[in-house]
Amino acid sequence: MVPIYYYIALSAVLFALGALGVLIRRNAIIIFMAIELMLNAANLALVAFARLHGELSGQVFVFFVMAVAAAEVAVGLALIVKIFETKQSIDIDQLNLMKG
Amino acid sequence: MSVDYVLFGGLALVTILSALGMLFSRNAVYSALYLIFNFSTIAVLYLMLSAPFIALAQITVYAGAIMVLFLFVIMLLGAEQRGQAVRTWWMQPLALGLAGILIFEAIYLIFTHRTSFPPLRQAVGDLGNPLQIGEQLFSNYLLAFEAVALLLLVAVIGAIFLSRGRKLR
Repeated sequence: MVPIYYYIALSAVLFALGALGVLIRRNAIIIFMAIELMLNAANLALVAFARLHGELSGQVFVFFVMAVAAAEVAVGLALIVKIFETKQSIDIDQLNLMKG
Repeated sequence: MSVDYVLFGGLALVTILSALGMLFSRNAVYSALYLIFNFSTIAVLYLMLSAPFIALAQITVYAGAIMVLFLFVIMLLGAEQRGQAVRTWWMQPLALGLAGILIFEAIYLIFTHRTSFPPLRQAVGDLGNPLQIGEQLFSNYLLAFEAVALLLLVAVIGAIFLSRGRKLR
């Protein structure tokens, strides 16, 4: 069995890569995917800690995170489609108005 | 013993490389495919952590449903091309530097504090099988489960409301 801190370190690296993606990309869909990557890094840490303590609660939390992520993606992508309809672009640098 | 290390090392390498591929590929469709690859390898890591139910949910929900939705929207909008470059020249190096600092700090902290992790419990025979998770969901976490059901309903209504045609207004 690989020590648990290896998994925690991997999850930290994945989280940092997701944050990097949010910072350097301008495409709203790619930024959204980077957020999904960060959610997955947190899930990996939760499952690793569940294994460390021999507890099931961590895995139940991951189940809830997945459900919330699915809801977030459905609404978020609908918003992106709507933004594209009004602005003809999903470059986040051009989204500087609250009014459409 | 060492087989575990080889397996983990390979999977970790694939995970990180596919995340990097997601960040730096020019085409958004390639990014989505790299992300599906990444989610699948993370599912294998869940299996190694004795979480079979979560691993399969990861495959079906993330790599299946969510990424199909992403690919569908990317192709619907024709947004495959790379977004315009960052306008201020210092933004990208700064972001890379900050991410490097974050990775270094996290790994340094985790490896210097590794002795303060509690000892690993021996694997309980069937930790994480669907039966146990179902029992937990419908006893200790019943309220949260119902709240998630309501949240999904609201998300469905919201998505339909946002994407209805103009004619219906």
